[in-house]
Amino acid sequence: MPGQAAELVFDEATKQYEGRDEAAVDHLSLTVRAGEICVLVGPSGGGKTTALRLVNRLIPLTSGDIRIDGTSILDQDVVRLRRGIGYVIQQVGLFPHMTVEANIGTVPRLYGRPRAWIRTRSAELLELVGLDSSYAKRYPAQLSGGERQRVGLARALAGNPPLMLMDEPFGAIDPIVRARLQDAFLALQKEVRKTVVFVTHDIDEAIKVGDRIAIFRRGGRLAQYDTPQAILERPADEFVAEFVGADRALKALALHTLAELDLGAPAGGPPCPRTSTVRDALALMLQMDAQKLAVTDERGVVVGSVTREQLLS
Amino acid sequence: MDALREARVKTFVDAFRFIADNPHLLLVKTAEHLELSGAALGIALLLALPVGLWLGHLHRGLFLAASISNVGRALPSLVLIAFGLTIFGIGFWNNTVALVVLAIPPVLTNAYFAVDAVDRDVVDAARGMGMTELQVLRRVELPLALPLVFAGIRIAAIFVIATATIAAIAGGGGLGAIIVNRASYGDAGVLAASLCVSALAFLAALILSLVRRAASRRPVPVP
Ligand SMILES: Nc1ncnc2c1ncn2[C@@H]1O[C@H](COP(=O)(O)OP(=O)(O)OP(=O)(O)O)[C@@H](O)[C@H]1O
Ligand SMILES: [Mg+2]
Repeated sequence: MPGQAAELVFDEATKQYEGRDEAAVDHLSLTVRAGEICVLVGPSGGGKTTALRLVNRLIPLTSGDIRIDGTSILDQDVVRLRRGIGYVIQQVGLFPHMTVEANIGTVPRLYGRPRAWIRTRSAELLELVGLDSSYAKRYPAQLSGGERQRVGLARALAGNPPLMLMDEPFGAIDPIVRARLQDAFLALQKEVRKTVVFVTHDIDEAIKVGDRIAIFRRGGRLAQYDTPQAILERPADEFVAEFVGADRALKALALHTLAELDLGAPAGGPPCPRTSTVRDALALMLQMDAQKLAVTDERGVVVGSVTREQLLS
Repeated sequence: MDALREARVKTFVDAFRFIADNPHLLLVKTAEHLELSGAALGIALLLALPVGLWLGHLHRGLFLAASISNVGRALPSLVLIAFGLTIFGIGFWNNTVALVVLAIPPVLTNAYFAVDAVDRDVVDAARGMGMTELQVLRRVELPLALPLVFAGIRIAAIFVIATATIAAIAGGGGLGAIIVNRASYGDAGVLAASLCVSALAFLAALILSLVRRAASRRPVPVP
């Protein structure tokens, strides 16, 4: 089975559905570096799903090329290509007639791995996505929406693919569970370091999850491709500025944690862990009507302080 | 009134007596009946299942599936048998062909619609993970379509067993040979043979239900 992370290159990739005037994806060129999370974001119907499905050839390219580690997807056997790419969809698409364990084992089974190996691998992956081993024998119908998403993620990781395609993987769940899944996913990514293409239409999710963000406008044209920071600070045009929202300055605050700031000497005030984002710290400050926060480390020991001015600069 | 009722009850009693007195005859005829029905159903499955499943997998041929089911419903089996007589002459094959034609529509249309209706997202995920088309059908679509597919087979089996009775007209033997020959076997014989046909159809439906249950309850293999 594959491993490591792959570089993904869209080269003038174009998809024109039959009977449509406008292309769904229009001469898309972008490079996703190995081990990075690239988030595709944009308005509904903007061509994000189409762009994603071009990569595993669930949708055939009209023109242009897509390369994984330098090899065109068109030069590879389509089944082999897909087995090497993790695929997660919003509707999750777990197999209802198979247990969680069997679902997770789908790709290893296609690779002809022995049963015992698959069982061990399933257990590992369940743990990795934060579910205990008692879930192995359950059926998808016996899971909550959030648990299904986790199993879907585990299933996509099972073949140890160098590339993951995720189409609104945390779409249909409530904000709290969603935030938890995002955190779990980011922690997981730190460990596995896959190249990930992640589709969402939620700009906040894009900022939180993405190493780089590709903003699509209608007709599948790329409006801007850059780091979250750059997009928030220097939107390429009106469309991007409007898409990221008038509160983009505030959103930019969510990109940094207190640990990245030059903290003042330990002082009094409401305690706030240094892993909090600047945005959350500011919210806490406003809520407590404080001028200063006591910054704590993982064990709750006060290690410094920040002021309002510092947070806003 | 009472006399009529009595006569009916008497026929029933006679029918069971007939069964007790002629076990060998009924067994032979039932075996013939089964042979004819089984052959017809088997051939129909062989022809209709792959076509129905594959068309359903492709989500194509809706027109074909629907037309076949309509034609099947519109064609009286007697006409088929009469028609077959002119081609195959009297005997086993004439009847078999007629029954095959009768059994194909429910099997084919159910297989088609069962696979066609499987959740597209699930199929999409299967294909996206790198299953071949055959694997998608065998490992995902078929297990999920199984209840409906079996419902079609059950309907076909009941049709075939019931209709095989008229095969006797075209020299096909089976329990129908008793039923159409009241002159020799009397009311009791006719009723006894009819009971056997009903029991056969009922048994076939039961067995198919059990097979279906066994097939889908089989613990899903840890891959
Ligand atoms: N199979 C298809 N045939 C024809 N047109 C299609 C097909 N699939 C998608 N489209 C069109 O292509 C465009 C892009 O669709 P796509 O699903 O890629 O958008 P999206 O960005 O994923 O939208 P959303 O955020 O709503 O999921 C839309 O205008 C859509 O109607
Ligand atoms: Mg989409």
